[in-house]
Amino acid sequence: MSIDTADLEARSSKIESRLPRADKPLTVKDFKGKAEPDWCPGCGDFGVLAALKQALAELGVRPHDSIVISGIGCSSNLPGYISTYGMHTLHGRALSVATGAQLANHGLKIIVTGGDGDGYGIGGNHFIHSMRRNVDVTYIVMNNQIYGLTTGQLSPTSTKGMKTKSTPAGSVENPINPIPLAIAAGATYVARAYTGQVKHMVELIKGGIKHRGFALIDAFSPCVTFNLENDHDFFKQRTYKLEDRKHDPTDFAAAMKYGYEWGDEIAIGLFWKRDDLPALDQLEPVLDEGGPLARRPLGIAPDMAKSLIRELM
Amino acid sequence: MAKVDLSVAIGGAAGQGIATPGDILARIFVRRGLHLNAYNAYQSIVRGGHIFLTLRTSDEPVLSFGDKLDIMIPLNQDTMNRHLGLMKSGSTVLYNGDKIKPGTAANGVQLCPFSVKELAPNVRGDLVQNTIALAAVLRLMGVEFQILEDILTLQFKRKGAAVVGENVGVARAGYDYAAAHFKPLPMPLPDSGKKLAFFEGNQALAMGGAAAGVRFYCAYPMSPSSGVLHWMARHAQQLGIMVRQVEDEIGVINMAIGAAHAGCRAMCATSGGGFALMTEGLGAAAMMEIPVVCINVQRAGPATGVPTKTEQGDLWQVMGAGQGDYPRIIVAPTTIPDCFKTVPQLFNLVDKFQCPGIILSDLLLSEGRSSVDPAELDFNVPINRGEVIGLNGATPPLNGGYKRYEFTDDGISPRALPGTAGFEHVGATDDKDEDGVRSSEEITSPHKRQAMHEKRMRKMESILPLIEPPQLWGSEGADVTLLGWGSTQGVIREAIQQLKATQGIAANALQIKWLVPLHVAAITATLSKSKKLIIVENNYSGQFARYLRSETGIVADGHIRKYDGEPFMPHHIVDGVKAIVAGTTQQYVPVHEIMV
Repeated sequence: MSIDTADLEARSSKIESRLPRADKPLTVKDFKGKAEPDWCPGCGDFGVLAALKQALAELGVRPHDSIVISGIGCSSNLPGYISTYGMHTLHGRALSVATGAQLANHGLKIIVTGGDGDGYGIGGNHFIHSMRRNVDVTYIVMNNQIYGLTTGQLSPTSTKGMKTKSTPAGSVENPINPIPLAIAAGATYVARAYTGQVKHMVELIKGGIKHRGFALIDAFSPCVTFNLENDHDFFKQRTYKLEDRKHDPTDFAAAMKYGYEWGDEIAIGLFWKRDDLPALDQLEPVLDEGGPLARRPLGIAPDMAKSLIRELM
Repeated sequence: MAKVDLSVAIGGAAGQGIATPGDILARIFVRRGLHLNAYNAYQSIVRGGHIFLTLRTSDEPVLSFGDKLDIMIPLNQDTMNRHLGLMKSGSTVLYNGDKIKPGTAANGVQLCPFSVKELAPNVRGDLVQNTIALAAVLRLMGVEFQILEDILTLQFKRKGAAVVGENVGVARAGYDYAAAHFKPLPMPLPDSGKKLAFFEGNQALAMGGAAAGVRFYCAYPMSPSSGVLHWMARHAQQLGIMVRQVEDEIGVINMAIGAAHAGCRAMCATSGGGFALMTEGLGAAAMMEIPVVCINVQRAGPATGVPTKTEQGDLWQVMGAGQGDYPRIIVAPTTIPDCFKTVPQLFNLVDKFQCPGIILSDLLLSEGRSSVDPAELDFNVPINRGEVIGLNGATPPLNGGYKRYEFTDDGISPRALPGTAGFEHVGATDDKDEDGVRSSEEITSPHKRQAMHEKRMRKMESILPLIEPPQLWGSEGADVTLLGWGSTQGVIREAIQQLKATQGIAANALQIKWLVPLHVAAITATLSKSKKLIIVENNYSGQFARYLRSETGIVADGHIRKYDGEPFMPHHIVDGVKAIVAGTTQQYVPVHEIMV
């Protein structure tokens, strides 16, 4: 199916304007959660939490205008540590819940957080389908290449040969590479961050939140307790920024090439972005008029009821 | 007594076009104000195999698809071979004599062959035999040709005048041939002057959702529940309902939960296999305290089971769906029109109590068809959203911070819709403190855990007074009480009429609609007066009998069970009651006679 760009522009303009900005500048303090994180000292997830708060503050997203939705795992405890609306859902199901919430109220900003096991393992099916639908969510995966909360078993991103509690002789399986997978599946914003580079990560998250469509930010977030292979030293020595190589994120072949790198050099930054594809809610005619579904009055007009009954006669 | 009680069956292979003449007949019946009950027995195959559609009509309400066939239209030899033996004296069989040979019929069966070659020599395609048979059967029923002509004109209008003319011509030939060669029914179809409507159970469920204000519907296709998805998808834009087909049922329930949390009334439907995948999600809805409605249209299980056959085998599945205890409401509508009424009732309850609601339908209800008085289809139903902060703009004062899971006497804590300033909170599938904070301290503290668990479960006590207790049908002092649940109401009542008329056995009936919570006191009071309790259910192990015993201590005197994939026919229950009353058995399992 070809997409009529004129129709698309008309559609986009019908969707209510993007979020209202806060009337005063926001700071990370406005996003301070009710509870303090109980992650292990030194966990990469602290960096993601800080970067997300910073990104929301810089973008002026009012705390009540967004929902941070997670699955289950160490990193999925994040919604409890930030003062937006939040949902701490089931293992692997955050993207499904997020899709429902986004379509029910497309006036909200939906951010999904979780880990590699949650998103790429048990939630793998929803991950692929959410990307092909180009649901307007920002998905931050704190990728530590290990199952932490269950005390150190193999994850879908654990490297081949890695010894864990469930692979004492070393894993014989190939890991998932989320970057090419996401590009192939239809995500329209695909980035990788490293929690040792918080400022860089803030920019990538901001880009994802501003992006209209499915944004994946795979964030290397080392587990200091259970993954001693992929630690900060490992990433500090290998990561480099794509923007330093003048990568063009609209270049599909280059994005795939950089995405497949895994060795002495590992790229972080924005691999892939396209703005010509509408998000799911922009394509859905039910949302053309009338505002967010969740705010519409319930009930059926008498003439509509009559017409429904007439169909049965 | 009914003046007319007529059953017409159309049989053939999938793809032979059985649905269209079936729909046309149904429409003609209800437009004359006649009542209708239809059941389609079919195999799990898209082309070929065997389908047997039974339409029963009467000037009195039709409680089931009945016991007898008055007219059969076999569209292929296979149908003739399978079912001619069911036809009794006084019945009629209409068929294309060019291709189908009748075999030996019982005495008094009118065999009515027609020749497609002679009546429609220039028309190509196999569907022409359906048109001729339909015209002939309408002639036998004394229906005016003009009615059929109007319907055919409407149906083929888009294909142009030539196609309309050809079909009307063929129909005319069949109609006139029947007039000249076949004996009509003893009495032409009456016309009450009042018009009824008809729908299938899945349509009724979907329309009930629309009436309740469902704004989000999602599903994964699964027989026999897909009809709900089809209706919703067809009407989505017109009614402002977001309809999504999802990658699996795990995604379905979680998507519905997300939409419900954001403020929509959200619904989904599936069958047992898909429901199994939703199990954890339903517990999540209860734990986050999010209202959501899930329909389970039961089919014969377990696993893939028999996808196109009916059963009431998922009762324990839905009662036990999910780890741990959680508040839930389970309801089994008793008729097809009741499907329509039940959905808004359930939405008001789940919104008020912020918990999942499950509707247990089955293939018999969901794919069966029933007439309905249009006046009964009231879309202007009461809507009660419960305590929702931010739904209408106004918000209550924040006294010392919002507690999403505040301890209250009835267990209901006002929920706040995302987007409402000042009420930010986390809805969590973990246990938590009143303010929604989840930390190791909160979820492992025995005292906090107990208090939060009791708060959630307390809701169940408040639900019971809001649902109707079951009412005894028939006279109190009857010899036998037949107890059923959900879809068997009609067939049990018809069996009771037959028991009285032909066996001199007086029976009454108690049909259970609201399964969880259960009206234990009311049911116990009613059953304590019954002389002989027989439980009728469409499953192997007597799932309701076991539930009744666990909740009330009542042990039934007899059981009538059927688990062959087909629904009960009235005489199955009559025979069972006779055998149990005579003392020949305590558990009767009928043998189904119509082989599909």
